[in-house]
Amino acid sequence: MTDYTASEIMTVVAARALRDDDVCFVGIGAPSGAANLARLTHAPNVTLIYESGTIGTRPNVLPLSIGDGELCETARTTVSVPEMFRYWLQGGRITLGFLGGAQIDRFGNLNTTVIGDYDRPKVRLPGGGGAPEIATHCGRVLIIMAQSERSFVERLDFVTSLGHGEGGEHRRQMGLHTQGPTQVFTDLCVMEPDPESRELVVTALHPGVTREAVTERTGWPARFAEALSETPAPSAHELATLRDLQERTRRAHGEAA
Amino acid sequence: MIRHTDLASAIEANVADGDTLALEGFTHLIPFAAGHEIIRQGRRRLTLIRMTPDLIYDQMIGMGCADKLVFSWGGNPGVGSLHRFRDAVENRWPTPLDVEEHSHAALANAYDAGAAGLPCAILRGYLGSDLAKVNGNIRSVTCPFTGEVLSAVPALRPDVAIVHAQRADREGNVLIEGIVGVQKEAVLAAKRAIVTVEEVVDDLTDVHPNATFLPFWTVTAIALVPGGAHPSYAHGYYSRDNAHYKAWDAISRDRDSFLAWMKDNVLSKRPEDFATQAGRAA
Repeated sequence: MTDYTASEIMTVVAARALRDDDVCFVGIGAPSGAANLARLTHAPNVTLIYESGTIGTRPNVLPLSIGDGELCETARTTVSVPEMFRYWLQGGRITLGFLGGAQIDRFGNLNTTVIGDYDRPKVRLPGGGGAPEIATHCGRVLIIMAQSERSFVERLDFVTSLGHGEGGEHRRQMGLHTQGPTQVFTDLCVMEPDPESRELVVTALHPGVTREAVTERTGWPARFAEALSETPAPSAHELATLRDLQERTRRAHGEAA
Repeated sequence: MIRHTDLASAIEANVADGDTLALEGFTHLIPFAAGHEIIRQGRRRLTLIRMTPDLIYDQMIGMGCADKLVFSWGGNPGVGSLHRFRDAVENRWPTPLDVEEHSHAALANAYDAGAAGLPCAILRGYLGSDLAKVNGNIRSVTCPFTGEVLSAVPALRPDVAIVHAQRADREGNVLIEGIVGVQKEAVLAAKRAIVTVEEVVDDLTDVHPNATFLPFWTVTAIALVPGGAHPSYAHGYYSRDNAHYKAWDAISRDRDSFLAWMKDNVLSKRPEDFATQAGRAA
């Protein structure tokens, strides 16, 4: 089984970054797919938390929303939303946050608010939701986003959620002791912040992807690590597990029609 | 004081033009039937508060009920945009919409502060975010003990909170189970509270001692509306109609198809119709 889509390898590679002992605050969409794939493969004990209040949830199908009944029914416990954000997130109990966005810059800052001017936006996006505080309170943050020059931009129209700010020690100077974004997973590559400048550097290319392709689809001058590696292709087990999960999900969400 | 009543009377008696409303329910138990009744009664100039505006506020905004929205995430979960909300912000249709935008953490704290009778909520929030630059209600306070600068937002004090719950008893006590969101906080923060329920029972017996429970004296009006949360869901009664959430994308994308849908499915319907709709989704 060597055929896979760009979206599948993005999800599989992101899933590999979850650890069995992580407590992960999961966003809806691609992060939820990756987090549950990790739970169904190498990280069976990972604790998944959704901002609707469900702690330690083990959904059999991927939720469409952040609060599908499936999440509550399979959770160890469900708490109120104020408790979720105060005790569990702000209280520092979450080791890993998982975010996406409409725009990202070279320091991993994210925009999910507007394209264009805030008061007269060209595109009004959904907004921050839980992300502004997930970005600052989780031990580390993983970002998963399909890559294009329109989404990987030189300058964000709006900073919704902090990555490494202006780079360097910016987070620490703001009084933050969490790591911020440690990896960005795209459909082309993996990026990681430079240890000093915190600028995102391409550390691995997915099989068959060229440097030129990454450069073309990055809105800033892309930098590549000296020890640039190739992402190991998805295994048959990873792909089969992901596809089963997506097929179960497709059937479950279609049934209500 | 009214307690058990029908939905139309509850809205008529408690929701006025210009009021500040919070229809809460975090994905679960969204009070759609109540929102539709407000649309049918033609309320105007409302300030609508909701963490996740969802389809219900998309509909109320598109029908011209609101002139201000206080929110933290305005999308169709797992699907994409709320097109009526976008049209109001991007093109001022059908009327201009003032927005006060927060994060989830801040709004959850602001409801909690409202319930607690405090003037503001304090959180470690918005660090490095531009939201504070565009929302004058995001300010800061300095901790008198440590000197740490923290974010402060005003407490939420809606005129009316509206929530949907599984059960009420004859006396008017209300039980909420499953994902409980911010409903308890919203009800306790508000001046008046309307609750729609799936079922009215003689007594709420065998309730877990730690259940989310609203005593009758915290609730202004209760209306029995089976299926009243459809297309969201009621844990233990029916599941989320995810197919409808997906279908809403196409219905709401275009003004004419939106208005036609509202005419057929809201303006010419009644609260009793929700039972069938939710039954279909179960």
